[in-house]
Amino acid sequence: MSAIGTLVDLLAGRGDVAALGPRDWDGILSAARAEALLGTLAHMLKDARLPESVALLFADTRAAAAVATRQALWEAEMARRALAPHGIEFVLLKGTAYAAANLSCAAGRQIGDLDILVPWHDLGRAENALLVAGWEWVKEDAYDDAYYRNHMHELPPLIHRDRDRMIDVHHTILPRTHRVTPDALALVSDAVPIEGGLALLCPTDMACHCAAHMLADGDLQGGLRNLWDFHRLVTDFAAADRGFWGKLDERAEMHGLEVAVHRAARLARDLFRTRIPSGWNSYHPRDERYRSRLLARDGWGRATDPLLQQAFYIRSHWLRMPPPMLARHLWTKWRKGGPRPV
Amino acid sequence: MRHRTRIAVGPVQFRIGSDWAAPIAALKSLYAGYPCDKARPADATVRLFAARPWRRWLRPSVHIGGDFIVPDALPLPLSMGLLAAEMGMNLQVALGWRRHLLLHASAVAKDGRAVVLSGESGSGKSTLAALLGEGEWRLMGDEFTLVEPGSGDALAFPRAVSLKNEAIAEVEARVDPARLGPLLAGTPKGDIRHLIPRADAIAAMHEPARPALLLFPRFGGEPAIERIGEGEAFVRLTEASTNYVALGEAGFAAMTRLVRETPAFTISYPDSAAGMAIVEQLWAEAVR
Repeated sequence: MSAIGTLVDLLAGRGDVAALGPRDWDGILSAARAEALLGTLAHMLKDARLPESVALLFADTRAAAAVATRQALWEAEMARRALAPHGIEFVLLKGTAYAAANLSCAAGRQIGDLDILVPWHDLGRAENALLVAGWEWVKEDAYDDAYYRNHMHELPPLIHRDRDRMIDVHHTILPRTHRVTPDALALVSDAVPIEGGLALLCPTDMACHCAAHMLADGDLQGGLRNLWDFHRLVTDFAAADRGFWGKLDERAEMHGLEVAVHRAARLARDLFRTRIPSGWNSYHPRDERYRSRLLARDGWGRATDPLLQQAFYIRSHWLRMPPPMLARHLWTKWRKGGPRPV
Repeated sequence: MRHRTRIAVGPVQFRIGSDWAAPIAALKSLYAGYPCDKARPADATVRLFAARPWRRWLRPSVHIGGDFIVPDALPLPLSMGLLAAEMGMNLQVALGWRRHLLLHASAVAKDGRAVVLSGESGSGKSTLAALLGEGEWRLMGDEFTLVEPGSGDALAFPRAVSLKNEAIAEVEARVDPARLGPLLAGTPKGDIRHLIPRADAIAAMHEPARPALLLFPRFGGEPAIERIGEGEAFVRLTEASTNYVALGEAGFAAMTRLVRETPAFTISYPDSAAGMAIVEQLWAEAVR
């Protein structure tokens, strides 16, 4: 079996750890690193009988993830201290949110930038407050800056001059020019406050955002990690609330995300054996391409299947903006010498 | 990948794959004397690859990849494949290793105690360590020194020493030519030739040593020794560590203990002989 297939099996709780040889582990570890899932795997196999060197590496990885989580939560607190005095409320998104709520998908999860959501009408004030508190622009390029401001769902990324950490300030969860427009006001108004003056999306919105981020926004680069998040989120939420799936259905429809959310559920079922309700349990031939894309990784950690990747890359831009705008954007980026647009 | 090898340096088991045979053959000959445990899964993977299939043969250029990568790193010509492999291995350790506090420093040991030499490239830390390692000292490494957070001990990372420019002739004059790799002339880092550490240094690579001296060498100028305080040593070492921030509290504790327990000096020296004499002098005072 392929390294990535074995990785998925181990994450899903299938697969026999004892049957794996040293060369299998080489591939699993590289594939897991490439998919940012090594920490997750290290947590899943915490009590398994492992080769000594793998057990040591997993212990290192868990310790590193614990430090990184602490640093990420500190960064959220820094943002709170910058924004709260101005009366600007914000909602934590993605990895930092999962860690703040201590959700099961946060165990060992790598956290990149701090992602926050502020109401559209507070965006300008939030930007100013962060600049005053020591964050600075990363992109100096005027076109990129304008591109973010006019078309994207977030400000151009800011980085803190002392702590060297990035913050992405979102005002919604999909680009403004995207074919789908989620209800950003509902995202903010139904957010759930947690300890420490922070807030999270409500469970259904969290699942919607996860699916949107994976399937509607990007080219599925790193999608396996997002799918794992989705799997754990819906599994935990459904265990806590019997009516969760019904609410998720309604909420996804309200945001225009029912296709993405249903596909995420089916893909999670196919790869991680997520238990999904019968109404969701259908078969779609096109899912096959998504599964292939999610598993396009070899035992050396290399991306495989370049044509499929390219197809998903084009798809991501097709979804993101209308064709004339896309043409103009690609033309500008190409003239500037960057082969890959933002 | 088509060509591959496994190398264990100190606590790190590498797996290196390549689109070409030459870099792997060069690595195999350089690391022939190192222990090899084929049953051990790799901690770190390095890939040497052609960006496009035809670039394997047509103006072959070696891209450095692996578990951790530096975006936009420039490729090297195939003749410098060995340097690409070395850079790839360093990169995996610098960006990926979390078990120990990593210092960008060379080290030598005697009687279970270590002298750690930290400095920028050009400070002569590699050359000093290599030359000391040809005498009564055990070479622990020329690039990284690992500090175990629990015990405070230094651990060796005795990869093949990367001799640069003038250091090449200096070492060539003293060692068996069989212990030297091919000359890589005109690399982005100047001329490079690798020195295989002595067999006893490789055999002892898992033996920890207690840090006894922290030295910050500077090549050039009159011989000079200046004692520096814990604070300055701390700041200099945080700058020389690639994982200090990532280790969080454990890194802080290990670093604090290191500078509290280990006397630290900056040293200047006009030539290797003077540098080695200063190390011996400070050593004699430190262990007295």
